[in-house]
Formats: sequence, C-alpha cells, structure tokens
Amino acid sequence: MTQQKNFGFGEDEAMLRDAAAKFFADNASADKIHNQVAGDSNIHRDIESIWDRDLWQQITELGWTAACVPEEAGGIGMPLVAAVALAEEAGKVAFPSPLISTFNTTFVLNVCSSEAATAALGSIAGGQAASLAITNQKGSWEAADTEVTVDDNKLSGTAWFVQDAQKADFFVVAAKCSKGVALFTVNSNEPGIKIIPDGIIDLTRDQAHVTFDKVPATEVAACGTGDRVLSSAMPAILCITAADMVGGGEWLLQTTTEYATTRVQFDRPLGFFQAVKHPLVNVMIEIDQAKSLTYNAACAYDEEPENAERFARMAKSAASDMAIFSASRAVQFHGGIGFTWECFIHLFFKRQMHNQVLYGDAKYQRAKLAEMLMGAAA
Amino acid sequence: MSEAEKKDTPEQAEFRAHCRAWLAENHPGRPPVHIPQGALELSDPAALEWLQTWQKSAYDAGLVGADYSKETGGGGMTDCQAIANQEMSRARTPFFPNIIGLGMAAPTVYYHAQEDVKAELLPKLLSGEEIWCQGFSEPGAGSDLANQQTFAEKQGDHWVINGHKVWTSLAHFATWMILLCRTSKEDKYNGLSYFVVPIKEALGKGVTVRPLIKMTGETGFNEVIFEDLVVEDRYRLDEVGAGWKVAMTTLAHERGAGPLTTPSAGGMVTEEEPGAAVGNATSLIDLAKQSYRNGKTAADDPVIRDQIMKLMIRQEGFRQNQRRIGVQDLNDHPMRIPLQYKLVATEIGQDIAQLAYEIEGAASSLYVNDENAPAGGQWQLAYMNSFGVTIAAGANEVQRNILGERVLGLPKSK
Repeated sequence: MTQQKNFGFGEDEAMLRDAAAKFFADNASADKIHNQVAGDSNIHRDIESIWDRDLWQQITELGWTAACVPEEAGGIGMPLVAAVALAEEAGKVAFPSPLISTFNTTFVLNVCSSEAATAALGSIAGGQAASLAITNQKGSWEAADTEVTVDDNKLSGTAWFVQDAQKADFFVVAAKCSKGVALFTVNSNEPGIKIIPDGIIDLTRDQAHVTFDKVPATEVAACGTGDRVLSSAMPAILCITAADMVGGGEWLLQTTTEYATTRVQFDRPLGFFQAVKHPLVNVMIEIDQAKSLTYNAACAYDEEPENAERFARMAKSAASDMAIFSASRAVQFHGGIGFTWECFIHLFFKRQMHNQVLYGDAKYQRAKLAEMLMGAAA
Repeated sequence: MSEAEKKDTPEQAEFRAHCRAWLAENHPGRPPVHIPQGALELSDPAALEWLQTWQKSAYDAGLVGADYSKETGGGGMTDCQAIANQEMSRARTPFFPNIIGLGMAAPTVYYHAQEDVKAELLPKLLSGEEIWCQGFSEPGAGSDLANQQTFAEKQGDHWVINGHKVWTSLAHFATWMILLCRTSKEDKYNGLSYFVVPIKEALGKGVTVRPLIKMTGETGFNEVIFEDLVVEDRYRLDEVGAGWKVAMTTLAHERGAGPLTTPSAGGMVTEEEPGAAVGNATSLIDLAKQSYRNGKTAADDPVIRDQIMKLMIRQEGFRQNQRRIGVQDLNDHPMRIPLQYKLVATEIGQDIAQLAYEIEGAASSLYVNDENAPAGGQWQLAYMNSFGVTIAAGANEVQRNILGERVLGLPKSK
C-alpha cells in the first residue's frame, strides 16, 4: 500500500466543501432550482440556457474556480480532491452552472505547460467560465478523432457535445494538425464561431455543437502534444464527473428514503417493506463504492499518477452505474408522483443520465480497463 | 518510506519495523500438510496443529493481540493490530486457526468478562493454544437470533444448561464456546444471557459434538447438544438478562464493525495451481487467459472481460471504503460503511467465485476429485463455501434490514 490515508482531503478541503454546502443550502434549494429551470414542461419548448449569473459571480468571488488553478497562474493551487468535493456538492443540488466544465478545462490547461495556458488559467482564476470542445459528432472520447482542423492558427470544423457552451467565456479546442492534435483557446464570442444549442434532456445545463470558420485561436499545447495532454487530464475529468454523480446519488437516496418513511400504503410506511428497503440499501452501497473510488482516484491523480487512469476509470464506471440505479429507484419508489413533472426527482434523474455517458459510460470505462489490465482481446 | 507509513504514530512505526523484521526471519514457509481455504474448513488435526504452532509463534512475537491490555495477555498498544495485519498480509503468511476466538470471543470477553476470567482465558485464546467456537445458532434461531431455546437454569452457585446448538464451526476442536442462551421465558430479548463454556472438558459429560457435512462434502461445522451441563457463575458475561447486549458486541466484531481490530494473517496461496487465489478478483484475469469457454479463450470474450472488470472495481471500492472509514470528514454517518462490511465482502467473494465458474466453461463441471479440474476445483469449492458466509453472522437479508433501519432510518421490518 502506498496511499495517503486521508485521500489528501485535509482541513482546507473540508472547509471549502462545508462552505459550499452552506452556500448551496442558502441559495439552491431543489424547489428554487425547479422553479428556475423547469418552468416550461412543453416537450417542444425553445432551447434555452437557464442559470443564475449572480450566483455564479458569487461563486467565482468565493474562489471556487480558482481553487485548482496553480498559484503561479493566480490561483490557490489546491489538489484535485478540492474540485471533486465541490463537484459533489454541486451534484447534490443539481446546480446549473459552468462549474464542472470550468474545472475540467482547468485540469487540461494545468498539464499544458505553456505560457498561453498559464494566461488562460489566469483568466479562470479571474472569474471566467470555460469549457472543452474536444468531441466529434460520433461521440468518440479519443482526442485524435476531433473533427476540428487548424491551419495557420485558425480553427475550422465542428466540435460536438460541448458542455455548458452558452455559459463559457472561452473554449479549449482539440484540433487536428500536421503531426496529430494541438490544443487552442478561443473566446466564445470570437467572430466565426457559431454556438448551436442542442435540445437536451438535462434541464440543469446546456450543451451545444460549436462550429468554427477560420477562427484565429491561441495555441496552448503544441501540435503533436494535444493527445498526451488530454490523456493526462482525463483522469481528473472522470473524477469530477463521477463526483457530480455521487452528489446527485446521495440526494436521490436521502429524498427517496424520506419519502419511504412518510408515504403510507397498506397501513405502513413504504420503507417497512423489504421490497423497498433492500434496494434502497443497495443504492447506498453503490454510492459509497463510487464515492470511495472517486476520492481514491482523485488522490492518485496527485500522489500516484501511474495509477491515476486505472483508478479514475474504475470510479467513473462505478459512478455511472450508480447514477442510473439511484435515479431509476428514486422514480420507482416515488410511485405515481415520481413519474410527474412537478416532482423534483426528474431534475436529478436527467442530470444523472446525462453525466453517466459523458467521457464514456460504465461499459466503455470497463472496456478501457480490460485493455489496460488484460491486454487487447484476440 | 511508503505513504501508508508516513502517518504512522511513533509507536506504530516502531511496531511496524518490528513486525517486518520478525516476519522476514520467521515466516513459517510452505505447510507440510494440506491447508484448506479457510479456518472454518479445518478438519485435519495435523493441519490444525501446524497452524496453531504458527499462531503461537506470532503471538509470542507480539503480532497477535497487540491492542489488548498486558493484563489480558496482549501488547498494551494503541491501533497496532492493524499494522501487524498489514505486515502479515504483505508477507503472505498463513491464516490463524482460532478465527472465532480472535474475531468474536476475544473482544466479547474483553469488554464483558470479569477481570480474573479475562486473565484466565485471553492469553491462551490469543496464542491459539485453546480453540474457540460460537454457540449462537439453533435449529429455530438462525436469522431470528433472539429466538433462543437453549436454557440455563440457576441452581445454587451454578448454572445448568440444556439445549441444542447447530452450524457450530470448529466445535470439534474447541476448548471453549461463547454461548448465547435463555435464562428467562418472560421476555424474548431481555430473557437472554451470555456465558463462556468449557466444552472440551465436558465432552461425554453433558456435551456432545456431532459433525455436520456441508454441501461441499467437507466437515468443519457441527451440532452441539447440552444435557445438564454445569457451568460456574463466574463464566457468565455481564448481567443476567443482558445477553442480547453482549451478543451485539460479538456481532459487531464478527461483521468487521467493532472497535477492536481482529488479528488477521491470511494471504498465503496454499495451492500450487495457478488461478487458485480464490477470493481475489484480480486472479480471474489469469484464470480467464488459461480457460476455454465455448471453445475459445475466455479472456477474449467481451462479456467476461466486462464482468471481471466490474468485480475488480467492486473489490477496489470495498478496499477504498475501508480507507475512507478513517477520514471523519468524508463520512456522514459513522456506521454507514462499517455496517456494510460483512454484506459487501461476502457478496463480492460469492460473485468472484461464481464468475470463475462461468470463465471455466464446460470444465467448471469438474470437481476437486478430478485431476483435470481447473485450479484443482478450488473455485467450485469456493463458490459453494461462499454461501456459508452470505448466510452466517446474520444472513445478508438481515444485514440489509439493519442498514436500512440503523443508517437510513427506515421503519423496522418484521
């Protein structure tokens, strides 16, 4: 065993996490968020990005987005577990914000080691929101498959499945170059960029495909290094996404448990019946597995990088399966009311279903793990 | 220095160095006799004797009972048993034979017996010289443990015990038994009392031990009949009528959720066959590479690959849960992970063995008595034996009730 006993989760991280929990309790009740994002139930409603910019500004002023930016770039220089703890709290309230996408971008820029990347990190520390434009239309999670190309530092093509794209001030874009992949930053309001919002199921975020038409951009990772940079950052991205699901799972568990202690049928609260009690315990077990695996992977990212990818894929696999399970049991055990728009469960259900597929679902993670641990199948 | 050691207290660091140095010189090596997969399957007296010699030597070196007080034969240290366990696991030593004694009897005696009884019993328990068994289950008291019918009647200064215990592992070797029984028929829970009973000296004189044969064909557990067995009052633990409370101490430790760390040394692979490291999901990889399934190498089957990874993830999740217990800030409820221990550990073990069965394809039909059986038939044996632990110590259905009620606060099920 060569692992730090507390997952690198020290007093500073606990303090930040507790402050975030307090902030969300004060500002982001499920009731409030439901009112905010679920006002229109029309299945053909207009595609909108609904979020609270004032709260976001408070969050950036509290320093959450600067937490994992290195000190030399003007940030606080905390380890990945700090971002994981914050993502978990955000997931617990299904908070609509570019927090997760900005964390993901931060960890990509953190491994770029270029002056331009440091400058971009500085703007994150200064309060800018960012997102990654690295995925093609086929939903490949391999950087080399990007459909954006670069010529003379000008980007062309389309990036798909860009998270919280309408909230981002700038993007980090993976582009095909002469010797592989390079990474660029580009402001989201640059002429020649079109952000085309996707109609998505999750009401707590936006997603878009982003087209580039000869858009001048700033190189942050040189041609031929973009693959390596994204692979190095991927364990962090997987941990942050998993943490959001762990938080969401916990809310679903606690809310469904509460319902099962108050809702009476056959003269008994639902939770008296083992057909309800035992699956709820199974949800708890899956959450705890996913949570411990996520903290382990986040700790490994800083402390034992040689194991980071293995542990992060384990965490994302466990969290993705748990996300589906916790969401499905919550709807099922809420019965008829759980199936309605007015019940808050659907906010979390939809966010879990969105998260579980991002950067590869559980089966994808296990296929990657099997390649690492068993070699390629014949 | 590794990361795990970085946070050792000075006492732990010194003790770790001692353990490591001692183990380097005193590992018992390969056994001269066949050793079964676990202590609960022990049936050969020669295997028992070899394992007892090992436990005694580890005890004499301070690796067993490190956290018990010196007056009770322990090391008088704080949080050092876990260090010894880590080092014994790292050194891949054999398991300890006195598993019921170490895991259940010792903490119960430690917290509930009078001082002279502790000093009398614990040293020989920790050293493994005296084997212990557990007299909890009865024909009518399995998952419903409080439904005890074995009765202890007070006669003068003594108790006279009559009744029938069953599924009693190691009773055929045991000197002592921890016994839960009824002392009053008035109240189901408050009518229970708890004793330590010297069964070996009473064999044929009030105690009969009969072996039961498991579905695997192995012996190892028994039924025990009490007929007017006389037991001294000093061997009663805690008050008359407090048996259920005392039993909770036993069960908490049995389920890995008690305050005292159980001395544990397992880790040695005793079989020569590759892939026989039952209980470890990682060993399924080698098994799959060597096994044929539907005429093809199992390791190339995408479903098998997915299932192996799933179990390795659950195994790692279980391991990381144990690590997270120690981080107060990452636990909302102090018993949430500890009370999952038994349930999760036994179900992972069962699922690993079941998947091994599937990996082995047609050859999984071969058992330990066939020379062509993959891995000597150990996985088939392990799969069947895995039900022993998903049923014992409160069937996992009961564990789910406990978690739902104590941790989630759901209403009590009947």
